[in-house]
Amino acid sequence: MLVKFELASVRETKWNEYATRFIFGGVVTLLAGLIADQFGPGIGGLFLAFPAIFPASASLIQKHKREKKERAGFDGTKRGRLAAGIDAAGATIGCLGLAAFAATAWKMLPRYPLWLVLIFATLAWAGLAFTVWFARKRARARS
Amino acid sequence: MDLVIRFLVGGLVVSFFSMIGGALKPKSFAGLFAAAPSVALATISLTVLKKGTEYAAIEAQSMIIGAIAFLIYACLVSRALFRWNLPVLPTTSIGLVAWIGLALALRLSI
Repeated sequence: MLVKFELASVRETKWNEYATRFIFGGVVTLLAGLIADQFGPGIGGLFLAFPAIFPASASLIQKHKREKKERAGFDGTKRGRLAAGIDAAGATIGCLGLAAFAATAWKMLPRYPLWLVLIFATLAWAGLAFTVWFARKRARARS
Repeated sequence: MDLVIRFLVGGLVVSFFSMIGGALKPKSFAGLFAAAPSVALATISLTVLKKGTEYAAIEAQSMIIGAIAFLIYACLVSRALFRWNLPVLPTTSIGLVAWIGLALALRLSI
């Protein structure tokens, strides 16, 4: 299968790693609101796409990969770093979707109900990001 | 109270997307969830309730620039981690400063 959802990875993650992500997410959302209050929506809106959770996620990916390799008796330092690099490469495609989310919300918000805007904007993110990822994967398989 | 709600909603939405990303294989696909609109989903609802749709639409318009800056950030971080033997957390964290500079520069120049 091309893409897999592994519940074991969810169980493997420790509670303090979830707590770190929760706190980072909460703080960034809080800051985005405070910055908008202070400097206006033009500047505050930038922070809706702030990659604040990214360093914590990337370092956790590196740690899990390194530990897995070390359990198998190898030095996992390089593999851990490369795994974080692969995650970042995937995020570049996700960013195209993020821009599509923002553009959809921008155009729809003044005219449609909020629930509909959020559904369409999220579909725009997922639709574009997933399509580009699969197209890239297919192109690489052909070459 | 508004700040507490903002913090809790943001924490929950970000954790949810992060958990999904963490369980997905391969890692390049999971990376899509590193750029999920989690903060935006939490913030836009609260902003519409408090300040109205016009205000939230201006934020969403600016978010496009933030996403472009994120794309450049992720591209640079990815290249740096592949090419050089750099520590992950400091590299990705220092990059955030570059994101702020880039996003503000793009916003002020457009």
